[in-house]
Amino acid sequence: MAELAIELIGVNKHFGEVHANKNITFGVRKGTVHGIIGENGAGKSTLMSIIYGYYQADSGTIKINGKAERIRSSHAAIGLGIGMVHQHFMLVDPFTVLENIVLGAEGGITLDGSLAAARTHLQKLNQDYGLQVDPDAIVGELGVGTQQRVEILKTLYRGADVLILDEPTAVLTPQEADDLFRILRLLRDQGKTVILITHKLREVLDITDDVTVMRAGEIVGQVRTADVTKEDLADLMVGRKVNMHLDKAAAVPGKKVLSVSGLNLVDSRGVALLKDIGFDLHAGEIVGIAGVSGNGQSELLEVLSGMREATSGSVQFKGTELATLKTREPKAAAYRKLGIAHIPEDRSREGMVKDFMTFENAILGYHDDPSVRRGFLFNRKAIIERCRRFIDEFDVRPALTHRRIGLFSGGNQQKVILAREIHANPDLLLIGQPTRGVDIGAIEFIHKRLMQLRDEGKALLLVSVELDEIMALSDRIIVMNGGAISGELPAAEATATSLGLLMGGHK
Amino acid sequence: MDMIFSVLDATLRVSTPLVLAALAGLFSERSGVVDLALEGKMLAAAFAAACVAYIAQSPWVGLGAGIAAGMAVAMLHGMVSITYNGNQLISGVAINMMVSGVTPVLALAWFQQGGRTPTLSDEARFTAIDLPFADAIAHSPALKTFFGHNILVYLALLLIFVVSWVVYKSRFGLRLRAVGENPHAADAAGISVKGVRYMAQAVGGALCGVAGAYLVLAQTGAFIQDMTAGKGYLALAALIFGKWRPWAAVLGCLIFAFTDAIQIRLQGVELPLIGSIPDAFIQALPYVLTVVLLAGFMGRAVAPKAIGVPFVKSR
Repeated sequence: MAELAIELIGVNKHFGEVHANKNITFGVRKGTVHGIIGENGAGKSTLMSIIYGYYQADSGTIKINGKAERIRSSHAAIGLGIGMVHQHFMLVDPFTVLENIVLGAEGGITLDGSLAAARTHLQKLNQDYGLQVDPDAIVGELGVGTQQRVEILKTLYRGADVLILDEPTAVLTPQEADDLFRILRLLRDQGKTVILITHKLREVLDITDDVTVMRAGEIVGQVRTADVTKEDLADLMVGRKVNMHLDKAAAVPGKKVLSVSGLNLVDSRGVALLKDIGFDLHAGEIVGIAGVSGNGQSELLEVLSGMREATSGSVQFKGTELATLKTREPKAAAYRKLGIAHIPEDRSREGMVKDFMTFENAILGYHDDPSVRRGFLFNRKAIIERCRRFIDEFDVRPALTHRRIGLFSGGNQQKVILAREIHANPDLLLIGQPTRGVDIGAIEFIHKRLMQLRDEGKALLLVSVELDEIMALSDRIIVMNGGAISGELPAAEATATSLGLLMGGHK
Repeated sequence: MDMIFSVLDATLRVSTPLVLAALAGLFSERSGVVDLALEGKMLAAAFAAACVAYIAQSPWVGLGAGIAAGMAVAMLHGMVSITYNGNQLISGVAINMMVSGVTPVLALAWFQQGGRTPTLSDEARFTAIDLPFADAIAHSPALKTFFGHNILVYLALLLIFVVSWVVYKSRFGLRLRAVGENPHAADAAGISVKGVRYMAQAVGGALCGVAGAYLVLAQTGAFIQDMTAGKGYLALAALIFGKWRPWAAVLGCLIFAFTDAIQIRLQGVELPLIGSIPDAFIQALPYVLTVVLLAGFMGRAVAPKAIGVPFVKSR
């Protein structure tokens, strides 16, 4: 048995009624990459927060290098050689790389000395781990991949022997992710221990030595990565057999439903967010839009759904020019009536009202529909009846019409929204990040449902940052970079590599 | 020529409390706490300085009392804004209203002079410092402009250098700016966000204390109801005008003080064609200028990103 860098014995943590970590016992071998996987809400982040001193465990023991420790703050964790790279980077944008790195670990009261010392140290770290970060660059001007390397440098500068990375590839292109993994391997080879929190099974198989699987606050599996397959891990995470493979018949594209050409969007500061976007979408096909988040996909959805007005360009929907369409009501409402449904990317802000009940959310945006009205009042019975049907058909759990939707899990919220948007029988469905924050079981369901819609002859435009999702669902894939379309591929020819190159802007 | 020197002389005198208050606001706002309470901190300090200097017959003791009062009010603002995550704007406005109400009531109860404090004797005030070449100064308006002030004016000047060093070159400054830009990053780096913010309040309170004490001990010689007359807000405007940078904020203060000095000399002056302008309009000049400068002249000011947002630890 190799030495353990971190060992947890019987760790418990409650938040009120919720038992977020149940009797967690596991060890991380020194000098390995250790994956921790589990669905949203499985308790991974809570567990890591306990190790990093953000939370105190209610009971249990944490041993660092074989010695029991009480970690009362992140400061204490850093002192014990634990470093954390957060999913949302903890960087001060207007500061230089060097200032970010010394922050909290300055040598003395004045800065000049500590900055000079840090510069020397940084150069050595840069060399040792092949990180190539310019110490004088302003962090806010760096790319995401480089910012992540700054985060890694920060932990190394503080003498971390154990690095915890929380969903590190969520914001990276596949190539940047490969680069990150190269660095992580290098770190491991030099004796560091890496803990990788993720929900991407492919990554776990790629880089980890050991895997710990969590479900509903408990550890449900501890295995050597070499001994398992992707399917094994998925089954462990969900707790039942999961069909990872989506059966997809060839698409039978019908009439042209949507035709976009020369679409431009410039914001109030003069920044071009969309540049000359043009594509067609037919009935009975799914077109996926791939790209690293923040490359114009969100804005494209906003324009097509009527939430935002384009600066120039044409959008033809079933022969109607939307760009010059005169409407009395807000555009988003008018588009809905024409037959464009929208499942927004930011579910909790744009897809629902968190504090409303399920049944109220079930008609949001369709509240003018005569079938839910009685004069200028609502027909409450009809609304609840409709919501009940949604819940049955989409297997929403718990099956409650009178519960604040904010209390449901992400997957169940998404099911309600999907049900609502499909109910209007739209010709075009705009879908943003359909499975963000959605557990694997619900992902399976939502994917099947989207395929079914395609086969019924709907046109679907799918925006997602999950490449696996894009590749599994789409018939054609459009890649966006910097607000422009950098390429288009039939799904059959697309690979993570070819898409990744396009996402990075290489034509 | 004398006119120019007398305007410059007045500019320096008027700008001193503004500069001090702007530097105070700089600490608070750079730490991410909106500081509308500058006004209240100064007023409380002015009142405390007036009372204590009168009783102790010493400007230094009065100054100490002013600093203590400024810090006490700052701690109140800190408690609401930092400990209890309250709305910082409301806390600031409430503090200003409270101080403006409480001070004349206390003054009336203690001194029975209609809400004022008794006028201080010269021994209890800061007067122009005695320099070895005092005679030369007294006879040269140019020298008098720059060397004939009380010690607090020079203290304020020194503090500008100290503050810009602290903010840009010290560990505390780095942490201060980090906490105001991204408190979560600072927290993750093992820095106590609340600690730094309280520290910023304390330093800002002390600076406001000096500013308030200056109004009484170096200018009026007594506390008068609402004697700060919007100087806290002007200082805040100068700070924003200066984009939260010490020297630029000082420049803002000097512009306001300069227009104020001009304004006093313009009152009652007959202008060709227009004739005499009502004093009320001229007195409004510095404030109008504030609005104009803020509204468009300076371009977009980029505030510390986390300003006004209570820090709540996230997972």
